[in-house]
Amino acid sequence: MLAIEVENVARRYGRRWALAGVSFRAEAGSVVMIAGRNGSGKSTLLRVLSTAIRPDAGTARVAGFDVVREREDVRKATAILSHASYLYDALSARENLAVAARILGKKASVDGLLDRVGLLARSDDAVATYSAGMRKRLSFARVLLQDAKVVLLDEPYGQLDPEGFALVDEVVAELKSRGVTVVLATHQVEHVSELADQVVMLESGRLV
Amino acid sequence: MLTALHKELLLQWRSRAQFLAVLVFGAAALLLFSFAIGPDAQALRTFSAGFLWLGLLLSSTLTLAESFHAEMENQALEGLLLLPANPRAIYYGKAIANWLQLALIGVSLVPVMVVLYDAGTTRIASLIGVILLGTAGLSAPGTLYGAMTAQIRSRQTLLPLLLFPLIVPALLASVKATSLVILGDPMGQSRSWILLLAAFDAIYWSLCGMMFGRVVDE
Repeated sequence: MLAIEVENVARRYGRRWALAGVSFRAEAGSVVMIAGRNGSGKSTLLRVLSTAIRPDAGTARVAGFDVVREREDVRKATAILSHASYLYDALSARENLAVAARILGKKASVDGLLDRVGLLARSDDAVATYSAGMRKRLSFARVLLQDAKVVLLDEPYGQLDPEGFALVDEVVAELKSRGVTVVLATHQVEHVSELADQVVMLESGRLV
Repeated sequence: MLTALHKELLLQWRSRAQFLAVLVFGAAALLLFSFAIGPDAQALRTFSAGFLWLGLLLSSTLTLAESFHAEMENQALEGLLLLPANPRAIYYGKAIANWLQLALIGVSLVPVMVVLYDAGTTRIASLIGVILLGTAGLSAPGTLYGAMTAQIRSRQTLLPLLLFPLIVPALLASVKATSLVILGDPMGQSRSWILLLAAFDAIYWSLCGMMFGRVVDE
């Protein structure tokens, strides 16, 4: 079964085409690596798949739902780790996760997640006091909170230490074993190619 | 909606220093207006309602412009929408929190008004009721326009330009109703103004809630 179907998707910002006719498909439960230089369109592609932005042309289906006409369904089925942390600086890590958990209707404690990403000891500190790597870990925990069928990770290894790298690898492998489709946009091509079932190379918004 | 409201109240509590700054700004505005009138006690009392709402209006632009600062800092609002959170729930949570904050500012400015303008009244409950309805009329469209202008650099300038024309009817009704509470209402007109204000509140809160999703979601 296909988890992701992208057909000639294009997206522009002003006169610049960030994506120009990108097409690919991904089987459910597979790991897809999106690689390319800075500005090649990796983040834009992930944002289209997450429904954060709409494509200007083409179609895309995620978990069987159209990203334009069935946005709510796509959002329920996906989770994205974006460049933006999606965190409230004035709130603590626990409070940030608690807000997301309540919106998702999850009653379980978030302490387990915080412990898994190595932030339990600092869980009551305001996110404003966190380093970039700690914010990335907390954003990762937020992604894990959602039981998504498709997980989109934009530069998940960025700003992380070696332990953080191992955490990402462990989670990706675990998600794959559970049948979750994982899409990673990354510069760590050699590292991720060992995990990936499929590689999508972008150059100036086009498939290479 | 309760989750969104709880989050907003928590954020407001964490930035309570800003609330104090806005309150001082409102009080300073009332003080300056009193100097403009001069020592004419009767004139001060007559115009007190207008100046109270003018001070509250100016204070509200500071509050409303900043209410989306936390959402835009790390694209937190986008993160909520992608969970997915219901945009209307987010809107009403934020609008209610803004309303509570503006109402608190309004009620806090009443003693300042009493001292500066000799505008005391025994109808405290009616005065608070008008302030609650009037600030609701500011909060609903203000929250919507705050979202619209949140990503623009000149939002402090643009928000009042967009907001003020829209809220003139509610503001007018608030000023009239407040004036009748303070100066007396021998003809029984305050009920009409309060009903008009309530009607505008109902319109603002329903329409703005419906439009919020379109404003914040691409």
